[in-house]
Amino acid sequence: MTRTVRVASGQGFWGDSLDAPRQQVEGGPIDYLMLDYLAEVTMSILQKQKERDPQMGYARDFIGAIESVLPGIVNRGVKVIANAGGVNPVACAQALVKAIAKAGHGGTVKVGVVTGDDLLPRIDELLAAGHALKHMETGAPLSTVRDSVLSANAYIGSTPIVEALQQGAQIVVTGRSTDTALTMAPLRHEFGWAADSWNQLAAGIVAGHILECGAQSSGGNCLHDWRTIPDLANVGYPIAEVQSDGTFVITKHPGTGGRVSVPSVTEQLVYEMGDPHSYITPDVVADFTSIRVAADGENRVRVHGITGGPATPFLKVSIAYRAGYKAVGSLVYSWPDAMEKAELADRILRERLDRLGLHFDQVLTEFVGANATHGHLSGDGRDAPEVQFRVGVRGGDRASIERFTREIAPLVLNGPPSVTGFAGGRPKVEEVIAYWPALIDKRVVTTHVEVMS
Amino acid sequence: MSTSSVKVRLLDIAHTRSGDKGDMANCGVIALRPEWYPLLVRELTASRVSAHYGDLISGTVDRFELPNLNALNFLLHGALDGGGTLSLKTDAQGKVVSTAMLRMVLDVPADEAASLHLPVYPAAG
Repeated sequence: MTRTVRVASGQGFWGDSLDAPRQQVEGGPIDYLMLDYLAEVTMSILQKQKERDPQMGYARDFIGAIESVLPGIVNRGVKVIANAGGVNPVACAQALVKAIAKAGHGGTVKVGVVTGDDLLPRIDELLAAGHALKHMETGAPLSTVRDSVLSANAYIGSTPIVEALQQGAQIVVTGRSTDTALTMAPLRHEFGWAADSWNQLAAGIVAGHILECGAQSSGGNCLHDWRTIPDLANVGYPIAEVQSDGTFVITKHPGTGGRVSVPSVTEQLVYEMGDPHSYITPDVVADFTSIRVAADGENRVRVHGITGGPATPFLKVSIAYRAGYKAVGSLVYSWPDAMEKAELADRILRERLDRLGLHFDQVLTEFVGANATHGHLSGDGRDAPEVQFRVGVRGGDRASIERFTREIAPLVLNGPPSVTGFAGGRPKVEEVIAYWPALIDKRVVTTHVEVMS
Repeated sequence: MSTSSVKVRLLDIAHTRSGDKGDMANCGVIALRPEWYPLLVRELTASRVSAHYGDLISGTVDRFELPNLNALNFLLHGALDGGGTLSLKTDAQGKVVSTAMLRMVLDVPADEAASLHLPVYPAAG
């Protein structure tokens, strides 16, 4: 009889459902719980928090999530893998160890922590050694924004997580692991897949891709037949039941809402997809054109046939840097002639910004309800019952952005008629933290694993 | 032989999901029935999709075929006004670039539409 390993998704991003981890642990049998907390912008936010307090810089929600599942994972022997460590995985692991001890499980639950992805302290050394860290899209060398860099992390693969599991960790905390590594590591650990078992490794990546966005593969944000997807208030998060040959079934716990179907899984497969022939990860290059999906009973989809090839000699690096300021303001204009009034407001505002001599890199106007998301494809919006006039500005001169935020509200009394929707007050000035993707030679990045209890 | 054609909305024969990669949006288009996939392959060329989006994107369009999934994947370069945190757009992450794709209306030969049981728009009353 073939052994099945069940990996459950309990978090698709930092800010996802607080109840999902517990639902996954207690709603039925699982072996591993994976929690994905990191998006491109998250690392820079965490870096700012760490600058203010050296004990911060990780996803604090994670501690609460573990507290909520602790009795369950102890009783059921479930292991947890999370990239909640952000830019400070050690502080995260220490806070976790404290919380576990406080709950009376200090002797039993071991915490593994993976470090080595943080390249910020090494940037100058790397640049000096000839690693240009060129922007992957523009080709510009990192030296052009070096002084503005806030964080720099290599996307690391599943190997150090596998090591932590081998050393007996029940919970593994990482920094900038790839999202897919959180699913791949338990499979490699359980099945002992060799480092060149490309097809199995590719299957692990595809399973990870399906799980990494939480309920987005089990009925959430699903366009196909969306009216008939049941009970999204109690949506079940996805679970991969994986066999040693790499075939797997995506399902969810019984009694939960949502839907696992060929269309729901396929929508997630194409989400954020680049060239499907080469889905590049630190562990393997997976071929998404090889994937076969088939219905396998109610709320069960079988995924098989996946192939892959050798990994590249590079790791992707996620660098965040300060890139000026922005602010966005809006007003709502009503019928009759909502669109025309909003367009007049836009002309008045732009003329005032000109007369004030303010400096912006960009001013963008959208008419929400008329053309904001579909542009010219939306029709002319002439008969809309209401239109939200939304204006954003961005630039390096903070004073100009500040002054912009004072120019929206006056339009309520000195601009076109039938205006409302200004109760939110003045727009806020935000610092823009931009993202700089680069590649680096794998050999330069060394990871470390420590298991604490 | 009939040369007349009928209108078929992409909305009625496919479903889509989109997301972001820097300043690029991706849009996956999945046929609602496997037998409709070849029609998508024929009609949704990169240049047709590029013309559909027009000034909503500033760069080129790449297309990839995923016949196992009855899906096409499009990469729309320069779709997100700089992308990520730089973008001032409501849809800075390209989440609904997918529904803009579904606004496409295809001209299909009437006999082909009949043999494939394609939903014709506007439906004959």
